[in-house]
Amino acid sequence: MTLWEVFVRPRRGLSHVHVGSLHAEDAELALRHARDLFTRRQEGVSIWVVPAAQITASSPDEKDAFFDPAADKPYRHPTFYELPEGVKHL
Amino acid sequence: MTEPVEGTGKHGNPLNSLAIGDDCLVLSHRLAEWITWAPTLEEEVALANLSLDLLGQARALLSRHGDEDELAYLRDPGEFRNCLLVEQPNGDFAHTVVRHLLYTAFLFELYGGHPEDEVAAKGVKEIAYHRDYARVWTLRLGLGTEESHRRMTAALADLWPYTGELFEDDPGLRAPWDAFVGGTLREASLAVPETGQRTGGRRGEHTEHLAALLAEMQSLHREHPGARW
Repeated sequence: MTLWEVFVRPRRGLSHVHVGSLHAEDAELALRHARDLFTRRQEGVSIWVVPAAQITASSPDEKDAFFDPAADKPYRHPTFYELPEGVKHL
Repeated sequence: MTEPVEGTGKHGNPLNSLAIGDDCLVLSHRLAEWITWAPTLEEEVALANLSLDLLGQARALLSRHGDEDELAYLRDPGEFRNCLLVEQPNGDFAHTVVRHLLYTAFLFELYGGHPEDEVAAKGVKEIAYHRDYARVWTLRLGLGTEESHRRMTAALADLWPYTGELFEDDPGLRAPWDAFVGGTLREASLAVPETGQRTGGRRGEHTEHLAALLAEMQSLHREHPGARW
């Protein structure tokens, strides 16, 4: 059986967030299992299921090359802006 | 037992809340029997979920007739009014899927015809999911392997004799049921079997399977009446 990664959008306006994985024979069944496993308590308004094999992930061995160069570049952070009042989800 | 006043719904037939409550209770228990036996963990959660939906509807419907615990735990098989279809054993997974398809396609039409009834109006959304779940599995197994197709064909032959009884109270539900079930079976390349029909559940004349189900379901309550967690 295929392993599927499940992403749930908690509310309109928010992004889908990874919530876990499950086994299913096909995409339709994966979607239904995801509904039963991850949205029983009104956690979401939309579900994506993606075959885990289709995800290309960075490897922990490449961590230094991938992420360290950003560590000493604080000017890339948008912390120099004043946040306007009333902006949510930031 | 008390006799509730039922609305008549779109087709002019009152909702038989005792019969449908018993259907939901018995089918809920059948699905719960899969717990620790389901083919996969995901499927087990799915079946338990469906079982809980039905248990909720059973409680609401049976409460109209008296104390829900007394009705569930202290009646004998002859006093239950559920249809014969829902008391049939789980069998293999194909039997469970076919039973759920045949029954929930009926319940969906029944509830849909009773928007004035609180349980039906809320339940129709839950049952729409049940029907869809059963349809997806019917397609998967009907079009799956030779083995899964053979098992689905056997399940249909075993369970079809109990479908006529569903429409005793409201024959008008038959046509939309036929359209949905027939369409799903065609799509799944499964044939509608030609079998005789058995009825009796609505009059309390059950197959031998109900007594065994109730013996298990009622054993705790009968041994320790009034016990609480």
